[in-house]
Amino acid sequence: MTPTFGLIHIQFLLQGAVLTLGLSLCAFIGGGLMGLGIALCRVSANPALRGVSSFYIQMVQGVPLLVIMFAGYFGLPAMGLSVSPLVAAILSMTIWVGAYLGEFWRGSIQAVPKAQWEAAECLALSRLQRMYHVIIPQAVRNATPGTVGFMVQIVKNTSLASAVGFVELTRAGQLINNSTFQPFITFSVVALVYFALCYPLSAISHKLESRLARGMRTV
Amino acid sequence: MLLDGALVTMKLAASATILGFIIGTLCAIGRNSRVEWLSNLCACYVEAVRNTPFLVQVFLVFFGLSSLGLTLSAITVSIIALTINVGAYTGEIMRAGINSVHAGQWEAAECLGLSKAQIYWHVVLRPAVERVYPSLTSQFILLMLASSITSQISVSDLTGNANFIQGASFRPMETYLTIGLIYLLLALTMRFVFWLIALVAFPRRRRLGTAL
Repeated sequence: MTPTFGLIHIQFLLQGAVLTLGLSLCAFIGGGLMGLGIALCRVSANPALRGVSSFYIQMVQGVPLLVIMFAGYFGLPAMGLSVSPLVAAILSMTIWVGAYLGEFWRGSIQAVPKAQWEAAECLALSRLQRMYHVIIPQAVRNATPGTVGFMVQIVKNTSLASAVGFVELTRAGQLINNSTFQPFITFSVVALVYFALCYPLSAISHKLESRLARGMRTV
Repeated sequence: MLLDGALVTMKLAASATILGFIIGTLCAIGRNSRVEWLSNLCACYVEAVRNTPFLVQVFLVFFGLSSLGLTLSAITVSIIALTINVGAYTGEIMRAGINSVHAGQWEAAECLGLSKAQIYWHVVLRPAVERVYPSLTSQFILLMLASSITSQISVSDLTGNANFIQGASFRPMETYLTIGLIYLLLALTMRFVFWLIALVAFPRRRRLGTAL
């Protein structure tokens, strides 16, 4: 006899949701560090660094995350590196998030008015000091709404980790569907949980954006 | 075999781009409408789609339609799901474009006695599309990349075929690197095609901002 969708399944889904959140957090931290490095390379004075980072961004943005995930999960073991689904998922999410955030943050760094760069130079700050004390603080302000918005993308795209067998929210939904044969209600609940995770982030991002716009207007 | 898959991917991307653009534009018009329930409905649609993963949407459409008794092929389901997905994103982009058209244009068109539909068709839509064209381009390229997810409901697109090949040949890294390259080529081709379309569609050659 097949069980019907009930409380125990919702509990299982919530466990998956916790893992989804954990994976998103890891991806955001890893990808954020990566993205910061990429963004700094993109605005560096060294043409080699600029070239490599721009090539990296072009490559990753032209390939679906799912393919990166498969390459990590199936490809690395074939090269002698055995990885668990979790490690493969975190690794590929880091690569993917790094490229998108890197390109986005490069934009916010370059959006800092040119006079600020020149003024910092006139004050005889070194490149590092200029970045750290003058440019980055202002770039962070520009970048915050978009970065929070991108977190929504991260949470949503962790669902692809289900394809390599990591039991997060979507995979939990698939497993429940396999035992209850009630796909419609199962995936509706899964979608609802995702919505509950993502909507606050979207709303915050939207709010920050309008606050930033207001701040710009008074300047 | 990979080329067959690439053809399926292109087919998915092309149909969803066209249908999604139509739905998105209608949705943007609906959201700007003065009829309250219509604009609320469009807003709900956009928010619901933008805050749930595409994979879950595919499953919902795939299993949902079949539990309603409609059995469609996996490709048809994928096109429906992709269209629903990209329609919402395009709707948001088009809304930004429509709102960026100067109020004076609207007032002038109204003074000429044009109906709402005529205003949208003759006056507003073209400059709106022109203004958000770069965003639309990247959205449709993202859509092409997202079509890889349909391999999860057994569509034999580029990724689906690659999964099959790597299962048969045990050479996963080579397989996925190859299709990665093919995706990259497809993305570049799409960028080029959109650039060509822009040349034809916007003859005034305003600076489009698409860096090719």
